[in-house]
Amino acid sequence: MSLKIVVLAKQVPDTRNVGPDAMTPEGTVNRSALPAIFNPEDLNALEQALRLKDQFPGTTVTVLTMGPGRAAEVIREAMYRGADGGYLLTDRAFAGADTLATSYALATAIKHVCPDVDLIIGGRQAIDGDTAQVGPQVAEKLGLNQITYVEEIQTLSNSPLKGVNSGKEASPLRGGLEGSSLSITVKRHIDGGVETVESPLPCVLTVNGSAAPCRPRNVKRVMKYKRCLAPMELPQGTGFGDLPYAAEYEKKPYLKLGQLSCADVNADLQQCGLAGSPTKVKNVENIVFKAKESKVLTGSDDDVNGLIKELLASHTIG
Amino acid sequence: MNYYKDISEIKFELENSPLMERIVELKERSFEDKDKYDEAPQDYADAMDTYDKVLDVVGDIVANVVAPNAEEVDAEGPHHENGRVRYASKTYENLAAMNQAGLSGMTMPRRYGGLNLPVTVYTAANEIVSAGDAGFENIWSLQDCIETLYCFGSEEQRQKYIPRVCKGETMSMDLTEPDAGSDLQSVMLKATFDEENNCWRLNGAKRFITNGDSDIHLVLARSEAGTRDGRGLSMFIYDKRDGGVDVRRIENKLGIHGSPTCELVYKNAKCELCGDRKLGLIKYVMSLMNGARLGIAAQSVGLSQAAYNEAVAYAKDRKQFGKAIIEFPAVQELISNIKARLDAGRALLYQTARYVDIYKALEDISRDRKLEPEERAELKKYSRLADAFTPLAKGMNSEYANQNGYDCIQVHGGSGFMLEYACQRIYRDARITSIYEGTTQLQVVAAIRYVTNGFYSQVIEEMEKDLPQPSLKGRESSPFKGELERVFAMAEKFNACTAAVKETGNQDTLDLCARHLYEMAADVIMCHLLMQNATKSPELFGESLRCYVRLAEAEVEKHNSWIKNTLGE
Repeated sequence: MSLKIVVLAKQVPDTRNVGPDAMTPEGTVNRSALPAIFNPEDLNALEQALRLKDQFPGTTVTVLTMGPGRAAEVIREAMYRGADGGYLLTDRAFAGADTLATSYALATAIKHVCPDVDLIIGGRQAIDGDTAQVGPQVAEKLGLNQITYVEEIQTLSNSPLKGVNSGKEASPLRGGLEGSSLSITVKRHIDGGVETVESPLPCVLTVNGSAAPCRPRNVKRVMKYKRCLAPMELPQGTGFGDLPYAAEYEKKPYLKLGQLSCADVNADLQQCGLAGSPTKVKNVENIVFKAKESKVLTGSDDDVNGLIKELLASHTIG
Repeated sequence: MNYYKDISEIKFELENSPLMERIVELKERSFEDKDKYDEAPQDYADAMDTYDKVLDVVGDIVANVVAPNAEEVDAEGPHHENGRVRYASKTYENLAAMNQAGLSGMTMPRRYGGLNLPVTVYTAANEIVSAGDAGFENIWSLQDCIETLYCFGSEEQRQKYIPRVCKGETMSMDLTEPDAGSDLQSVMLKATFDEENNCWRLNGAKRFITNGDSDIHLVLARSEAGTRDGRGLSMFIYDKRDGGVDVRRIENKLGIHGSPTCELVYKNAKCELCGDRKLGLIKYVMSLMNGARLGIAAQSVGLSQAAYNEAVAYAKDRKQFGKAIIEFPAVQELISNIKARLDAGRALLYQTARYVDIYKALEDISRDRKLEPEERAELKKYSRLADAFTPLAKGMNSEYANQNGYDCIQVHGGSGFMLEYACQRIYRDARITSIYEGTTQLQVVAAIRYVTNGFYSQVIEEMEKDLPQPSLKGRESSPFKGELERVFAMAEKFNACTAAVKETGNQDTLDLCARHLYEMAADVIMCHLLMQNATKSPELFGESLRCYVRLAEAEVEKHNSWIKNTLGE
């Protein structure tokens, strides 16, 4: 049993150590003041994928990331840790995408480069936007099951699940895999506990930061892949032949990272980038919580009943 | 945080020596592996870039795994269960991270699965790991025992054991016994040849064995029945998979709690002879110890770095009399002294590592082909330098680590005496460094002949000649002119003291003065090395140089008057 896994990863500004110059006067993120890092929960996602690869030899882990040329660093970082390769989804047409346009682009790319994918794994959310929407939206666009807040993949089995997934529309990916007998069991984080969920493959998982941390970079892989580059990273007007160690790129094709444009994946321009993004940020505000008037309730039945009535009346509950 | 990237001095040491290019050329054998292995470098710049990236990985793991685990590992310590060792639970986490990163067998050739890194780069990794947790560094760095197996073992043994170490199996060197500590000639562990099974067998006990339940042991044992000295000892390889060695107890120590120190019992344990009989102590263990001593020097520098980090962080944070205590000159002095000793000791550490690299790489080449006459001369030169510098680097850095740990607690005041801050662990961990792999007193014994035969004086003279502005006029314009003149004066005092002691012709007098002469030589050499660094990078090392020359000058004067007064009695 071997799997085809796509890991969704994003390069983000490191918002965990924010200095005074983190925001521009216009209220947008000052990307030059914050180091670009591998989105932390995407590293947790990568680790889950690599564990499956350890367990099932022959499994491939492909990283898909959308961003400018420098975002290819995420692919290299993933390869240092054990991923087989990756694609940089990059195009001016993708710029300014909100979560809807991003998930459209990612889903379209997956259909294009990995139509027989078994498992798509991403982090729960990125630390720059904190929406947690992209993973679930990719699942919807591909018509796949989704399991969010994953803590751990427990088992992968050959036994088909009966009567599951019947409510879903047929997935565009399911063609050859219709009736796939593979299913996955995962533990997902819920309020106050853990839920064990089973789903047929293919499906989409989004992984929580509390899942196992990602393994470190392996130094032999660093040595082997350190020169990997996506075409977009080359200085304008130059090719791989103009680089130092140009002969290496000829001899070792794996040094050229995959790159996909809007046209490469036949994406509909209207659904990409700014054009495909209904989200409009009107204003960003710093909210300071202040104590307002309060009243003290006891644990008596009268007080509790009174509170319930009050909350029902204000539609806070019910 | 990253324990490599955040400390610019380490990168400086790696990149700023004229010897480095030669080291890489020799170690990579003119880059002959570049078409055979995807991970091999193409040229010098490529190799240097790789070293930087490897250390970045080490620094990352230490910052995010090893250092955060250090306190818990120290508190839990290893467990003794049914004749075996179970490490503290977080030690396994540390080992797993290091192994996933592939940081084992770092200096071994690629054909055995190694990374083929120079000793200098391995030394940097060692220092970085130690700064996170000196106890864990102990377990991890025993991987360099494989160097001895590689040098003296058969090809069959190399193929059997090196790939296993490269995959993360741990090692130990089983030398010490209850009655054979510093005096290894008295080792009595019995090795007998078992004719029936055509193998050697070990019987007896060892004590104070670091990581004694390791996967692969190098064991010093008496193979020649009836002998009583070093010539009756041979070296053996014991493979834990064969069984026969049990852990009788684990010592309860002052420091390096993460590292299990074991008493071992050998019950007819099957083993393999490594190299030739009777050369165990006089050749192989000497080689093993030289590598280990460089390792302790690196461990000590790591501890000094940790002491510096903790002292600075606390002094900036702690407020008394309305300001941070780092604002007070008395505290500043403590901290600048730590930094000065750290930078001087580190310069000595890397200079030693580079000497070791050149001679080891040449020695390795000599196993495959005959060396050219100039290569033979080079080998001889660097082998001697390595031999002369190793006891200086080990002795001085271990004493500095102790002093720095002490001063680090002093900066913390009363809080430092409570077991709440990392400084108490650093202080305890540092204490062993000036004891094991040969006490400082034994480092003096190893070094003293280079005092009396004038070798250190010659080294110092060459350093004076190599100064970037050798002419007197040029020195006038040096920003460190004052320091330079004082270092010259220190060297003169060292030479005068050496001559005066030699003139007595009395061995007891020499033995008595040895430690003082040894330190004088080391002080002057470190001043020069730090001067070379400060000349290239005044912003990184200028302050340290000024401070260190003040310290060293006072030390040299102290030794000078001690020797004068002793001889005058």
